Formats: sequence, C-alpha cells, structure tokens
Amino acid sequence: MSVVSELRRTAGSRRSGPPGTPDGVTDSPAGDGRRRKGDGRMAAVFLAPWFLGLGLITVGPMLASAYLSFTDFGLLSAPNWIGWDNYTRMLDDPRLHKSLVVTFTYVLTAVPLQLILALGLAMLLDRGMRGLAFYRSVFYLPSLLGGSVAIAILWLQVFGVNGLVNKFLALFGIEGQGWVSSPDTALSTLVILHVWTFGAPMIIFLAGLRQIPEMYYEAASIDGAGKARQFFHITVPLLTPIIFFNLVLQVIGAFQSFTQAFVVSGGSGGPADSTLFYTLYLYQKGFTHLDMGYASAMAWLLLLIVAAMTAINFLASKYWVFYSD
Amino acid sequence: MTDLDLRPDPAAGVHASRPDSRGSAARYSSGRKRSMWRSNVRSTFKHIGLVALAVVMLYPLIWLLVSSFKPNDLIFRDLSLIPTEIDASNYTEGWSALTYPFGRYLLNSAVIVLGSLLGNLISCSMAAYAFARLEFRGRRLWFAIMLMSIMLPIHVIIVPQYVLFSRLDWINTFLPLIVPKLLATDAFFIFLMVQFFRGIPRELDEAARLDGCGHIRIYLRIMLPLSTPALATTAIFTFIWTWNDFFSQLIFLTKPAMYTAPVALRTFLDSSGQSSWGPMFAMSIVTLIPVFLAFLFGQKYLVKGIATTGIK
Repeated sequence: MSVVSELRRTAGSRRSGPPGTPDGVTDSPAGDGRRRKGDGRMAAVFLAPWFLGLGLITVGPMLASAYLSFTDFGLLSAPNWIGWDNYTRMLDDPRLHKSLVVTFTYVLTAVPLQLILALGLAMLLDRGMRGLAFYRSVFYLPSLLGGSVAIAILWLQVFGVNGLVNKFLALFGIEGQGWVSSPDTALSTLVILHVWTFGAPMIIFLAGLRQIPEMYYEAASIDGAGKARQFFHITVPLLTPIIFFNLVLQVIGAFQSFTQAFVVSGGSGGPADSTLFYTLYLYQKGFTHLDMGYASAMAWLLLLIVAAMTAINFLASKYWVFYSD
Repeated sequence: MTDLDLRPDPAAGVHASRPDSRGSAARYSSGRKRSMWRSNVRSTFKHIGLVALAVVMLYPLIWLLVSSFKPNDLIFRDLSLIPTEIDASNYTEGWSALTYPFGRYLLNSAVIVLGSLLGNLISCSMAAYAFARLEFRGRRLWFAIMLMSIMLPIHVIIVPQYVLFSRLDWINTFLPLIVPKLLATDAFFIFLMVQFFRGIPRELDEAARLDGCGHIRIYLRIMLPLSTPALATTAIFTFIWTWNDFFSQLIFLTKPAMYTAPVALRTFLDSSGQSSWGPMFAMSIVTLIPVFLAFLFGQKYLVKGIATTGIK
C-alpha cells in the first residue's frame, strides 16, 4: 500500500506476495507460460524517460557528488583531489556541529509532537460524525501551505516582537518577547510551524483507522474492555504499520527542512545559529561561499544520517510494529 | 457499541439476562437514555474542542488575509479579524514594489508549473505502465531502485546538478526545473500510478490484446482514460509542490527577471527591511491563492491520494 511497506516487501528476503495480490510486485504479470518476448523492448520504450532521468539527473550526479566530496571544488576552478580533507574538516567545524544539534533537536521534537497530535485528532474524528469533512479539510489545509515562503513570512510576523502571539499574551498581562529573534526560542517557533502541519499524517491515520474492523471493538466491549483498553490493545497494535510509515517519512522529510528556516532567519540561520538547519548550512557552503567540495561532503553525511535513521527505524520496527498479514 | 461500552458497571449486563423481564427492560431503557444523553454531551464537548482547535489553526491565515487589507500601522495594533475599512492599496503597492511587477513572477511560476505538470503526467505514467503491466528482466530490482529514489535527499545531487546545468548554460532558464520532470524524477508519482494501474482489471487489457492492440494502444486507450483519478492526484500535487517549491528555484534562478513568486516574495525581506508588512502580506496572499484553489477543487483527490500513498 505504501512506499514503506513496499520497500519492506521488496528489500526483505521474503519474496513478494503470491501472484495476483493487488500490491505485490509479482514476478510475472502475465502469468507463467504467457511471457511475451516483445515486452522487454516495450519496457525499454516506456521506461526510457525514467532511465534517462535516473542516469543523468540522479545516479550520475550522485557519483559526481561522491567524487567532488574528495576535492576542493569551488566552481570556478577545476576540482583538486584532496582526499578525506573535507570529511576531516567536518570534525572540527563548530558551525557544522551546531547545525547537526539544531537539526536533530528539530527532528526529535517536531516529528513526535506532530505525529501525536495527528493520531489524537484522527482518533477524535469518528466515522460518520457530523462535520467530519469540514474538520478534515480545515486541519489538512496547513499541510499544503506550511512549506511555502508566504507562511514562513507570516510566522516571522506571528512570533515577532509586535506579533500576534505577543498581542495575545498581552491580553493576559504577560509581556512577550521577540520569539524569532531570540536564540532560545527561534527554533521552537519552527517546531510549532511543523506541528501545525499535522494534517497530512492525520489523514493517513484516518485511513488506517478505517481499516480496523468494527467487530474487534464490539467484541472487546462485550468482553468489558473500556475505551482505554480498546485503544491500547486494538487500535495501537493494528495501527503500528501506519505509525511506522508516518514516522519514517516524516523523519526523512524533517531532516531536509529548509525553506522555513531560510526565510525566518533571512538566510543566515540566526539568531546565533539557532536555526542553522543542516541543509541551510549546506546551502551557505555550496552556493554562498562556493565551497562545493565541502558541500558535497556534507550532502553525503546527510544521506548517511538519513539512511541510518531509516535503517534504525526499520530495525526497531521489528519490536513494535505488528503486521497482521 | 456506544450503548455497551459507555455503561459504567459491567454488572448491568448481568441484570439484563435475569428472568424478570419487565424489570430488566426498564433498567435497560433507562440505562440507554442515560448513555445517549451522555454521548450527546460528550459529542458536544468534542465539537467545541474541535472547533476551538480549528479556529486556533486558521487564525493566523485569516489574520494574514485581513491584515493584507489594513494600512501598515494598523496591522500591528489590533488582533481583530474585522477590518474597520477595506483598503486595497497594499495590493497595488506590493504588486509594483520589486524590480518587476509581481505578475511577472507569477507568470514565471506558472510556466514552470505547467512544464512540470506535463512532464510528470506523461513520463511518470509511462514508467508506471511498464512496472504495472510489462514483463522484463530485473523488474523487481528497478522497482526497488525507483522506490528508494523517492527517499533520496535532493541535497546529495544538487551540487553536480548545478554544475551540469551551468555547463549547459541553463542557469536562469526554466530548463533545470522542468527537464527533470520530463525525465520522471518525481518517482513518487510513478509509485502512485503503479498502485492505481494494478487496480485496473487485467481482463481489460487482455481483451484489448486479443483484439490486436499493442502496449502503446493499451496504455493510451485503456490505462490513461481509466486512470483519471490518479492523473488528477498527480496533477494537483505537482501543481502545489512546484508552486511552493523554493530550494531549487532559489538555486537555479538568480536573475530577478527569472524569479518565481516564492523567490520574489522572499526578496521583500531583503529589499525593504521589515517596514512594509502590508504589501508583503498582500503578495503572500496572492501566492497562496492558487494553492488554496487547487485545494478547494482537488480535495477529493488530495485526501484519497494522501491516504493511499502517504504523499505529503
């Protein structure tokens, strides 16, 4: 059904589901004995754009980026091989360390908060309740707008000295502060922005909740299980694949956050580097300082981190994700 | 379900099975009334909570809209959503505040969006057809590679891409933003369409094949017409993502004449300090309107698309 479960299926040692399962990649779509010879050539035709894209836009640049990460490439001059220098430079680059701390702090707070809120609201939105479509739309809308420059500008104002938040606090006699201009709180405003976009995972949770047969709950309530028990013994276990799916995708996405921090800090990652997301620092290195060798090395570290986080998620999933199939 | 699990003591269930039928019926109906009343109260509270949250979530957006019609000094003075007077001067001022009229940036965005739309619809559906219906060597491997490419951070390839495109003299043209879409690099949509194609009964194309149709005809005449929901989902998400995209547009478009709406919007912050919030808000609204309209008209597909594949 989802990318993550497909990956699990394709990457795992387990062969794909039996032929004919709606979402398994079966080995022979036409069924055995009916293999057609022309298919291979036809596939080349249909896949030609994708193959070209994969080679020229994805894999080629990946290899080039791997090579450049071992050079002192500055765009204007030819790249010089400098071995592991870029990587060792990373070891004592305080801004890079800061950007890692910022990014991890962001991912480890924003993603869980967002998912908890998404699940909580999905639970509240019952099937067939009045106004369901309305709530779903209203909660989903911010997800579509959240990544835009316009919203980042809005956030800059909302959490500014004269912004909405402080105006609101003033109603209670609390004196606010410049939330985006203070190193202690700037990152939190971006976390709030991320949490605000909980609508997308909420809709995935809603779809997952719909898959749970009503009779499980009926049976449980006949057995005298209360709401809380039903939640922990039916809903959560049956929803773990969806929680896992949301978690994997959100973690991958959050590591790559850029626009909001770029706009809110005016491209600097400030104040005091408190919103210096990893990708923002990579952008500065590569496209402001034209230190493209170093930026390439940073990109590979990012890939490594994202891959490691995903691998950890997949490994840990064995212990808490329950697949009923 | 509601009836049983809201009952406070499980013993009530025991009473119901007592031989004294009159007594148990009375007890049962009173319990039922009580629980109905309770569930009404509960649902009222739930709706109050949900509406409150909806208001909190939408407040900034509505405030942005209202503020875009207020004179600059008023924006910072009041929280209220009811404008005392409607003043469109922020829009006229914002429209011409940058190097070029804002319409130019909107047009640039529109060109890129259209190119990306065309590219994604054609090339992703072609690749999806191959994965869903064709038998070829290494299909599972290529499919796995396609899935993994969905998760590849763009940062890993952006530097060499930039070098490549600058060698081709494509910087400050729309080509670096459109050509990759023509080459199906938004693999998420390939996946989405594979999922959809698999759901189309195989009997249909088997029958067409018996009638002498080749794969190209089957793809054009059967798969594509039957896949309008998947194509619509792809179109809407491509529209919204490309319209909102900032990172790659910021990198590939550095001349003001080529700026897209988001990149131009950002330069408000550079060029005017933070003094002209009104015009900036007005142009923010202008860039949000297309996304909002896409959301309004494409809701059905957006919700379905996100629920089945987890697109963000």
